[in-house]
Amino acid sequence: MTYALVAGVLFGLYFSLVGIGLNLVFGVMRIVNLAHGDILMLGAFIALGVVGIAGIDPLFAVPLAFVVFVLAGVLLYWVLVPRLQGSANPEMLSIILFFGLSQVIEAVTTIFAGTSERSIQSRLLGTVFSTIKVKLFGGKAGGAGPIQIFGQGFPAPWVIAAITSLVAIGLVYLYLYHTRLGTLTRAVMSRRDEALATGIDVDRVSAAAFGIGLGIAAVAGVFAPFMFGSVTPAFGADATVTSFAIVVLGSLGNPLGTALGGVVYGLCYMLVQTYLSSWADLLPYVLLIVILLLRPSGLLGRRVRVA
Amino acid sequence: MHNAPKHLVFILAPLVVVFALLPGVYQNHLLLFNFVIFLILAQGVNIIYGFTGYLPFGYVGFFGAGAYGFAIMVMHLHTPAPLAVLVGGGVAVLLGLLLTPLLRLSGAYFAIANLAASLAVLHFVANPALEGITKGPYGVSLTGTFNPTHAYYAAVVVMALTVGAVVYLKNSPFGLALQAVREDAVSASMAGVNIIKMRVIAWLASALVAGLAGGIYAWYVSVFYPDNVFSGEFSIFAIVFALFGGVATITGPIVGVLILYGIYNLIGFTTPQYFQLIYGLLIMGLVLFLPAGLVSLATRRGWHVP
Repeated sequence: MTYALVAGVLFGLYFSLVGIGLNLVFGVMRIVNLAHGDILMLGAFIALGVVGIAGIDPLFAVPLAFVVFVLAGVLLYWVLVPRLQGSANPEMLSIILFFGLSQVIEAVTTIFAGTSERSIQSRLLGTVFSTIKVKLFGGKAGGAGPIQIFGQGFPAPWVIAAITSLVAIGLVYLYLYHTRLGTLTRAVMSRRDEALATGIDVDRVSAAAFGIGLGIAAVAGVFAPFMFGSVTPAFGADATVTSFAIVVLGSLGNPLGTALGGVVYGLCYMLVQTYLSSWADLLPYVLLIVILLLRPSGLLGRRVRVA
Repeated sequence: MHNAPKHLVFILAPLVVVFALLPGVYQNHLLLFNFVIFLILAQGVNIIYGFTGYLPFGYVGFFGAGAYGFAIMVMHLHTPAPLAVLVGGGVAVLLGLLLTPLLRLSGAYFAIANLAASLAVLHFVANPALEGITKGPYGVSLTGTFNPTHAYYAAVVVMALTVGAVVYLKNSPFGLALQAVREDAVSASMAGVNIIKMRVIAWLASALVAGLAGGIYAWYVSVFYPDNVFSGEFSIFAIVFALFGGVATITGPIVGVLILYGIYNLIGFTTPQYFQLIYGLLIMGLVLFLPAGLVSLATRRGWHVP
C-alpha cells in the first residue's frame, strides 16, 4: 500500500510534466496538439542519442532537448498556426493538422531508427551525481542504487524524474506569474480577442508558449525510456491520450491544476495496477470520459465548456 | 429540395451498379470490398461531422462494436450471418446511445472523449478477463459463416443505404435543420429546431452504418483480433477521406475515397513508412491549403456540387 502510494506520487509528478506542455499549448492557442506524444518520443530519442554517441549521463539530454524543441516549436508555430487560425474552424482542423504532423514525425523516425524497442540502462541516469559525490567526498564510484522512501526501495530514475518534474513545474509557474511575457500569456489564455484589442502581440506570445510547450514535452520524453521501460516510434499516440487525460483531469490553462491532475492520475494508475491489474489499461480512457462528463472544467477549473 | 431523384439516379445508381458489376471484371475482390467499406465509413463520418460538426475521432468504436456484435451472435447463438449483421448494427446503436452524453461536449472535447471511448471499448473487449464471451485478445474465428461473395453484396446494399441517407439529408428539411444547428445552435433553437433530438438522430444513424459495416467486415474476413477491428486507422482514414473530398456534400466523400484509397493501394503496401510520411504531409497540406476539401475547388468557381 505505501509502495503503491509513493510510487503513485512519483509517477504522478512525472505525468504532470508530460501533460503540462499540452496544457500550455491548448490553453493559449485553443489548438489540440495531437503530435504532443510524438514530441515526447523525439525527446526520448535525444536521450538515446546522448547516451549512444557521447556516452554520458542522459540528464545532459534535458537542456539539449529543451533548447532544440523550443526553437523547433517557434519555427513550427510560424509555419503552421497563423494559417490555421485564419480558417473556418481552427479547433477542429488543428486536430487533423497535428494528426498529420504526428504521422510525419512517426514515419521519419521509423525510416531513420527502425521499429525496434529502444531502452537505456537505468543505472546510467544520475551517474553525474555519484561522480560528483566521489570527487567531493571520496568513496566508491558506482551506479545509483534504489532510493529509500518510507522504508521501501524505489528505482533512482523514478525519483530523479519526479524531482526534475517538480523543478520544471516550478519554472513554468514562475514564468506565468512572475515574468512580463507570462502575464501576457495569461491574458491571451483568458480572452484572445481582448488581448489582441489591447495591443498585445498575440502571435509572439503564442509562439513563445508553443515553443515552451514543445520544449517541456521533449524534457518529459528524456525520462520516458526509464519510466515506461522502452520507447518505439509508435509510442507517441498512447502518450497523447494519457496526456489529455491528465490535462483534463487538472484544468485548462492552470499549471498547478495539471500538477494535481498528474498526481491524481498517478495514484489511480498505481492503485489500479496493484489491485486490479487486468483492468489497468482501461483506466486513462474511462477516467477521461467520466471527468469530461462530470466536470468538463477539471478539478480546479471554473470555466465550463459545453455545447 | 426537389433534387433527390436526380441525385439518386446520377450519383447513387451508377455507384451501386459499378460496385455490383466490378467483381466480375476485376480479380482483387478484397480490394473492392475495402473500397465499399471505406465508402460506408466516410459517408457515416459525413453524416455526423458534415451535418452536425461533431468530429468522431473514435468512430472505429462503432465499427468494432458491430464486428464483435456479429461475432458473439455467431459464436454463441449460431444465428445466420445476415441477422448477425443486423445485431452488429444494433450493438453499435446501443453503444451510440450509451455515448450520447458525449454530445454535451463541444469541439475538441468531444473529439478527444470519443477517441477515449473507442479505446475504452477496445480494452474492454480485449480484456483477458472476458475471454469466455469475446475471446479476449486472442481473436475470433468464424469459419462457419465464411462467405465473401454474400458479404460483399451485403456491403454494397449498406453502402447504397448510407449514400441514400446522405441524399436525404442533403435534400430534406431535416438535413437543413441539422446544418442550421451546426452553424449556430442558439439561433436554430430560436427558430424552433429541436437541437437535442436532431443531433441524437444523426449520431445514432452514423453509429448504425458503422456498426453494419463492422458486422459485414467480420463476416467477410471471418478471423480477426480486437486490434484489427478497433484499429484507429479506420477512424482516421474515414475522416481524412471525407474531409479530402469535402464534407456536407454527397459526392465529396465518394471522390475522397476513390482518389485517396486508390493512391494508398498504389504505394501503401510496399513501403508503409514512406506512405505514412506522404500521407501525413498530404493531410497537413489539405488542412492548410484546402480546408473545405476538393469540392471547394469547384464551389469557389461558383459551380454547384451536390
